[in-house]
Amino acid sequence: MKKVIGLLTAVGLLTAPLANAETVTVSGSTSVAHVMEVLAENYQNKAQKSVEVQSTGSSAGIRAAKEGTSMLGMSSRNIKDNELNSEIKEVVIARDGIAAAVNKANPVKDLTQQQISKIYRGEITNWSEVSGEARPIVVVTRENGSGTRGAFEEIMDLQRTVNGHKVTAITPTAQVGNGNGMIKTIVANNPYAIGYISLGSVDDSLQALSVNGVAASDENIAAGDYHIARPFILLVNNKPHPSAQSFVDFIMSNDGQSIIAEQGYIRVQ
Amino acid sequence: MNTITKAQIKGLQLEPNKAIDMKEIFFHLLFLSSAMVGVLSVCTIGWFVFNEGLPAISEAGVVEFITGKEWLPPALYGILPMIVASIISTTGAVIIGVPIAILTAVFLAEIAPKWLADIVRPAVELLAGIPSVVYGFFGLVIIVPAIETLFNIPAGNTILAGIIVLAIMILPTVITISETSIRALPPIYKEGALALGASHIYSVCKVLIPAAKSGILTAVALGVARAIGETMAIIMVMGNAPAMPGSLLEPARTLTANIAMEMSYATGVHASALYATGIVLLAFIVLLNGSLLYLNRKRAY
Repeated sequence: MKKVIGLLTAVGLLTAPLANAETVTVSGSTSVAHVMEVLAENYQNKAQKSVEVQSTGSSAGIRAAKEGTSMLGMSSRNIKDNELNSEIKEVVIARDGIAAAVNKANPVKDLTQQQISKIYRGEITNWSEVSGEARPIVVVTRENGSGTRGAFEEIMDLQRTVNGHKVTAITPTAQVGNGNGMIKTIVANNPYAIGYISLGSVDDSLQALSVNGVAASDENIAAGDYHIARPFILLVNNKPHPSAQSFVDFIMSNDGQSIIAEQGYIRVQ
Repeated sequence: MNTITKAQIKGLQLEPNKAIDMKEIFFHLLFLSSAMVGVLSVCTIGWFVFNEGLPAISEAGVVEFITGKEWLPPALYGILPMIVASIISTTGAVIIGVPIAILTAVFLAEIAPKWLADIVRPAVELLAGIPSVVYGFFGLVIIVPAIETLFNIPAGNTILAGIIVLAIMILPTVITISETSIRALPPIYKEGALALGASHIYSVCKVLIPAAKSGILTAVALGVARAIGETMAIIMVMGNAPAMPGSLLEPARTLTANIAMEMSYATGVHASALYATGIVLLAFIVLLNGSLLYLNRKRAY
């Protein structure tokens, strides 16, 4: 056993410097990194080239791509003009959409982004304040650490700082369900509940709210009209390393896009 | 000359003994190692939970961790609301479930005609075999809406719903063990009471139940352990809000629910804090078993 490990290590040490030149380095957004790791694994199996994914956060990813410390940068937010330079371009590889959903019996069909945010902060507590019935709102949220909750908090500005840590601003009295299915069951059974689930899991049992008058649909997200959504952006150098370019090609291919859809995100091709 | 013969005889006599000894030792070791599986598991789990949980406690501070009212990872780790929720839901389940269970046990052991006992007992035993996720779903679809209508509140995912589900869940444990301990009493107790002119019900209440006290207390303790450790059903019906509950008609999160809900995503100190929640839960169970040992220190018979 020891001999085998030793041999493997030796082989690893020998080949590591050779592989390094070919290794695609990707760094940035933690949310994109989740799907990127799956993509990387599939690409490695298929093309026998290694990909190194580091989750450092969107801002760090943008900086790394600009400075060339990694071949590709990942961002899960729109990039400001002053963060870009002429050497890198943005490639949207997927979109992540979240639907705010209510019970089918609820007459409220449309809320503004601000109203939803206030409901989750616990500032609006009755449906009558948003032109619904005079009944208390039952706020339903996902558990701490869930990617959907993270994205929802980020987009809806539901974060605050306590002791130097970024924490949730969602009211602690909100009901917590683990998983999209749980949220769906609660909302589908309670006429006064509001919850949020990833757009892919919306079905007939509940109704997805329009936000700012725009219906929650893949098309509206692709057009950029529906706001509880975010793009997954890859930052690529204008003259990319050939191995980086072939990885990007893989992501944009039908195979890569299918993996993205399997992970619950919206494909762009 | 003499000694040699003695030794020879001794040797002859010892031979079969030697083979038996090996068997004896083997079975001794077999029994010992079986007994050690449980002990080793407890030790390993205890070591593991403490090892993983202590970093969070040392970072947040024991007092802040146990008495903190806000659960806001990664900034604040206070589990007081969850301790309160666990205690209230378990106490409630015991208050509702235990009397029903003990009365059922007495009914099965003493009062019920055989044909009726043959219907009730399998039903109770079946209750024990139902997986907790089914209890949770039953609670979510039947009890939660019923509480909404009954109390006219917007959401029935409340502590009360949890208490009712837990009360039903502890029934089979408490009933089965209580019934067994009542049946195990020597018939002389009942015969003596009846011979002194006591009525049937009087002899059950004043003689049989007190005599079976230690068995019934064990049943209650196992019921409490089941209630405090229940996770899946509770996650489904209690709403899991990490805020301090103001009444029985508000959602709350128990210690077990906290661990189960957040473990899949938690990293670093957050994950460690969840293990630390496990330490608190372990302490509860140790307290519970300790008090049972104390209460049962004098056997009733």
